[in-house]
Amino acid sequence: MNGMTTPSPLSPHLQEGTPVSATPRNPLHLAVALDGTGWHPASWREQVARPRDLFTAGHWADLVAEAERGLLDFVTFEDGLGLQSSHYGELDGRTDQVRGRLDAVLTAARIAPLTRHIGLVPTVIATHTEPFHISKAIATLDYVSTGRAGLRVQISARPHEADHFGRRTFPPIDLSELQSPAGQERLTDLFDEAADHVEVVRRLWDSWEDDAEIRDAATGRFIDRDKLHYIDFQGRHFSVKGPSITPRPPQGQPLVTALAHQTVPYRLVARQADVGYVTPQDSAHARAIVAEIRAEQEAAGRAGEPLHVFGDLVVFLDDEQAAAEDRRARLDALAGEPYTSDARIFAGTPQQLADLLQELAAEGLSGFRLRPAVAGHDLPAITRGLVPELQRRGVFRTVYEADTLRGLLGLARPANRYTAA
Amino acid sequence: MTSKPLKQIHLAAHFPGVNNTTVWSDPKAGSHIEFSSFAHFARTAERARFDFLFLAEGLRLREQGGKIYDLDVVGRPDTFTVLAALAAVTEHLGLTGTINSTFNEPYEVARQFASLDHLSGGRAAWNVVTSWDAFTGENFRRGGFLPQQERYSRAKEFLATANELFDSWHGDEIVADQTTGVFLRDAKAGAFAHTGQHFDIHGQFDVPRSPQGRPVIFQAGDSEEGREFAASSADAIFSRHATLEAGQAFYADVKNRLAKYGRRHDQLLILPAASFALADTDAEAEELARAVRRQQVSGATAIKHLEFVWNRDLSSYDPEGPLPDIDPDVSDHHISKGRAQVRMYRDPLATAREWRELAAANNWSIRDLVIHTGNRQTFVGSPATIARTINDHVQADAGDGFILVPHITPTGLDDFADKVVPLLQEQGVFRTEYEGPTLRHHLGLAHPDAVDDRVAS
Repeated sequence: MNGMTTPSPLSPHLQEGTPVSATPRNPLHLAVALDGTGWHPASWREQVARPRDLFTAGHWADLVAEAERGLLDFVTFEDGLGLQSSHYGELDGRTDQVRGRLDAVLTAARIAPLTRHIGLVPTVIATHTEPFHISKAIATLDYVSTGRAGLRVQISARPHEADHFGRRTFPPIDLSELQSPAGQERLTDLFDEAADHVEVVRRLWDSWEDDAEIRDAATGRFIDRDKLHYIDFQGRHFSVKGPSITPRPPQGQPLVTALAHQTVPYRLVARQADVGYVTPQDSAHARAIVAEIRAEQEAAGRAGEPLHVFGDLVVFLDDEQAAAEDRRARLDALAGEPYTSDARIFAGTPQQLADLLQELAAEGLSGFRLRPAVAGHDLPAITRGLVPELQRRGVFRTVYEADTLRGLLGLARPANRYTAA
Repeated sequence: MTSKPLKQIHLAAHFPGVNNTTVWSDPKAGSHIEFSSFAHFARTAERARFDFLFLAEGLRLREQGGKIYDLDVVGRPDTFTVLAALAAVTEHLGLTGTINSTFNEPYEVARQFASLDHLSGGRAAWNVVTSWDAFTGENFRRGGFLPQQERYSRAKEFLATANELFDSWHGDEIVADQTTGVFLRDAKAGAFAHTGQHFDIHGQFDVPRSPQGRPVIFQAGDSEEGREFAASSADAIFSRHATLEAGQAFYADVKNRLAKYGRRHDQLLILPAASFALADTDAEAEELARAVRRQQVSGATAIKHLEFVWNRDLSSYDPEGPLPDIDPDVSDHHISKGRAQVRMYRDPLATAREWRELAAANNWSIRDLVIHTGNRQTFVGSPATIARTINDHVQADAGDGFILVPHITPTGLDDFADKVVPLLQEQGVFRTEYEGPTLRHHLGLAHPDAVDDRVAS
């Protein structure tokens, strides 16, 4: 299988007459975050939105096809274990926004056979799921996509989501409370659990060596069981024996990503992730975040390992800045309130956005995860406006240069932790 | 004519499993993991107008004598993920996944099946199984928390709870009126509350009503409890009784249990698993059947199989030699872990005695004995013979159809699709085109809302 070979990002397929190499030396990486009809709560009311198709495979297939058309590195799929809400800690009872969604891992798997190059990164909630199930699900996503899978790990402190499982009770919470010492302690606990979750997921991916399947007719053995490994994980929250029921996936280790806004989650990124999404408001902020993550990375003993830090931005993109701003104002009016976000909200032209991305990248960000305000409008604006602009500037690929998601991100296929040196 | 109308046959394709039915040593045998194998298998089944594809599941690699069992195919992908991907390469084929009720939670499983049903346009089915062992539990947060006698009570409550979640949306909540700005008709869409022995959960489910309302429900257990569970709650049974007599007995037994739950005979389909050896002539098929049995039971496999009964390390015995003269170990500790067969031999001393006598009378080696006492292929013959036999079984109420288990991955179904299915179609007992988009259409099962109406009236 193609995905089994170590990708070679240094051998771009140069085409005659191509002015810049297909893989720039310091390329920007671009991902798009898919969530319903887009990130603005009134996005579903736009003509392009087709909100009644949200729960069909076609909706997602069209969006990912558009992202792949723009040579993006990957798409992420938002998810949660409860209805969407405008409040973090409780349901809001609103009926004027998109509510309801499909499981992100299944959605990504449904799209995998329809695409060939783009990475597929669904959200998984560490707090309420079994790492054994998640590990084999993402390994399998890697098989069905031949090496293009990842996950975005998220915690849930939401009491109403805990009530859907009935195995733990979480106290009421709002975002401001999380800054208090008690709130920080709760967060730390949930992120520590998530780090253990990812550790188990990763060990299980390695629990089969690549050449464990031998099909040795002479001895009648299908596998060499010495190349299967118990992971024997024992943590504060759970223990898992292993090995996985699923052989090591094509990428060896599918991509692990996480969104982080402060020290506690930065630590999870530093300990376990291949890509961290952060939310810088400006260049100085970006510089400070990157410095903190690099320090945490060093503290975690991963100083030499590749770790991408991507900036998250909400984008309204139009050919004229005024058009983008008008659109934002119109959507805010429809929503009845200005849209706010953890990420900086950009409204402008592809040229302006390219300027901003390069400015932020100069502070140590290696890529961006763009959140289209209206998926049906701003995603094509990214692929048909922003991408050509970045290509003109020589900072974005002009052709997919690798067969795997790790390959697109310049990450080698890692050695198996259980293989004897 | 007074004969009753011909029953229509249902056919399904079981992806070859991690047991010795599957012959991995054959040169034709392909990957059990790569998606291309699953895609080929599913497309073959759909080309032949099968009702559905079936995936089994096991959540811990089997062990024998404290070591991972290495003689059969080992390893499989995640059920939900493969089925969702298969929905992209098929249009009509039902997608049945075996999902455990012991090491999952209803909210998560319900949203996975509801999502699969949406993403496949109404083709999802769930084979509800239980686990009994702490051995599997070691892979999960909760460990082996469930006493064996409670596994059906948890399974029943799990399914009932999942049904409450599926039914928490009625199908008319999403208005999505771009002009008025009303997305949801009802802020309480998906509200549920369940309190029981095993689950105490409440809130609002987040996946809107899927095309089939609920996935089609399969049940595979064979015990008294399993049969009652199926009669009360399942749409179809994955049965192991594929011979004519045993099939008829099982069929009558389970169908007769339906009335006490207010259900009709046609509301529960009985689908035995069946293997086959298909060749151009009956004689060639007999020869193929023997050859496949020898592939399925290598010398090493024969020894391991004997160990299930003897419950001892028999690795020093020659598979081409006579049976052990020592008796089985009947202590509680069992040499084999993670497989259902362990419980099949309830009286190992008697089985050992019987096998020794059989071997002596026929001059069989260990391997010969295991080959002869193990499961022969359900159907052996030419296309005409197999088509006739399948039809005879179904018309004689030994089942409503069969879940076919080929022994070669992924091409083991190809000849059946090309040679047997056309004969069944000529006889007018198998569809030539799909009549509707959902698995419920293929199986002749009403949408759950329609069923509710009838039960209520």
